[in-house]
Amino acid sequence: MAYNLILFYAFGAVAVAATVLVIAQSNPVYSVLLLIASFMALAGLYVLLDAPFVAVTQIIVYAGAIMVLFLFVVMLLNVPREEAVAGEIEAHESGSARAFGTLLTILMGVELAWALGSATRLGGRFAGGQRATAWTVREIGRILFTSYAFAFEATSVLILIAMIGAIALAGRHLAEKKPSPISHPQSPITAGSDKWPG
Amino acid sequence: MITPVLIAQLCIVGFVFFMLLNSAAVMVYVERKVAAKIQQRMGPWLVGYRGALQPLADIVKLMFKEELRPAAADGVLFALAPVISATAAFTAFSVVPFGAETTFFGLLDRPVPLQVADVNVAVLVVFAVTSMGVYGIVLAGWSSNSKYSLLGALRSSAQMISYELSYGLALASVLVLAGSMSLRDIVNAQAGAWFHVIPRWYLFLQPLGFFIYMTAGVAETNRAPFDFPEAEQELVAGYHTEYSSMSFAMFFMAEYINMVTVSAVATDLFLGGWHGPFLPEYLGWIWFLLKVSFLLFFYVWMRWTLPRYRYDQLMQFGWKVLLPLSVLNLLLTAAGVLYFGV
Repeated sequence: MAYNLILFYAFGAVAVAATVLVIAQSNPVYSVLLLIASFMALAGLYVLLDAPFVAVTQIIVYAGAIMVLFLFVVMLLNVPREEAVAGEIEAHESGSARAFGTLLTILMGVELAWALGSATRLGGRFAGGQRATAWTVREIGRILFTSYAFAFEATSVLILIAMIGAIALAGRHLAEKKPSPISHPQSPITAGSDKWPG
Repeated sequence: MITPVLIAQLCIVGFVFFMLLNSAAVMVYVERKVAAKIQQRMGPWLVGYRGALQPLADIVKLMFKEELRPAAADGVLFALAPVISATAAFTAFSVVPFGAETTFFGLLDRPVPLQVADVNVAVLVVFAVTSMGVYGIVLAGWSSNSKYSLLGALRSSAQMISYELSYGLALASVLVLAGSMSLRDIVNAQAGAWFHVIPRWYLFLQPLGFFIYMTAGVAETNRAPFDFPEAEQELVAGYHTEYSSMSFAMFFMAEYINMVTVSAVATDLFLGGWHGPFLPEYLGWIWFLLKVSFLLFFYVWMRWTLPRYRYDQLMQFGWKVLLPLSVLNLLLTAAGVLYFGV
């Protein structure tokens, strides 16, 4: 349908533009917001692909939960605007770093070309029907707990380890310095809130 | 391409938008009147019959106020924040069904559902859009470049993020019971009555879930007794301290619309939506309206009866009482569904 095509290009344009602007920004708060816009556009693309569950999960997990934490960190650390002058960067660069960067860029380009090439091949294979009904919530749950049960459980253990690690690191940090009378040691958010912008 | 069904659906969209806009005005009036009754005052009295036109006067006043902006504020985000709040508030209602399918007395060739969009993951959409509302508050607090605003924003977003967990788990236990994520399916699963007397509402199967949902809902909408962003004694007016005129009005409206949405979703999830005795199905929206009104009255009643919590008590309650209770509720529900095979 023509509507779908228009929407596809609209969402795609927003996603690409927002993602490019993320790294073109000097203000980190704007970067975070643009990344959220990009995630939203991706969610729109998932809806067009008949995967509303994935779209909503994308918004809840990435745009909702993870980016809120990003925004908090950026706001509380009060990261100054990056006012890097071009000449300054050049002075810090060595020849080997430049060569490494060039190599990475070439690799990235090759990978992108390969991915796009195989995407069109796969697109040809999956074009015929049978995708719309395959992604109901029930089906995703069944697959997750049968075929991918090991990966699912391993990931959850990994996240648990990461969480415990983060608590251990942050806890040691708090024990070293004396808490100020204002901050409550129970809540990490009030503990850091004595730094506001300006 | 323009079919009667499409026109009907556009009318429903317009109707929902209009009703949500007005619900904020009506709620302001109800809030002030109920507060007055509770405090043995008259409340608004002079504008219109018993002050009924007071909200209109308030809107006119807000429109003609000067739009102020602190000199050190971040201009773009300062302007964007209230828009995000209001948009999130309106969007959340788009998946909430408020009546049975209808053909509008035979005007249409096929029935349309009384809701903006019948999405099969509606419950998650409500959840996702609510979590987007946090950005409006956080950005308002940060971009104002004022300590009261920032502290208010930090408090309210910490509160919203903490209570979102219990809120989500309370939703999940209803999902397990209904076996569907579509709000319309959930409402339809609550049709009828046990022994022809007790309505088949999930309230009776999920009393704890309802309690958790409503408590978390009050915290999510930043209302008393959890109204820390607006703790006047310490934070002036919280995240919207620096806002005036219509951008303040947008925050205000978003708060009331969020209340309406939480009440409407609670009605759909726990109180059987538009199902009720005595009325034929095509008049079911009257039941829906009555149930939502009751919950909204409950909100207002609570605000003017209970004193505000202390901030650390709120966090303790959220993490140490409400969250374990909601996990327990979900486990019990899942076990019950497995055992009885509901």
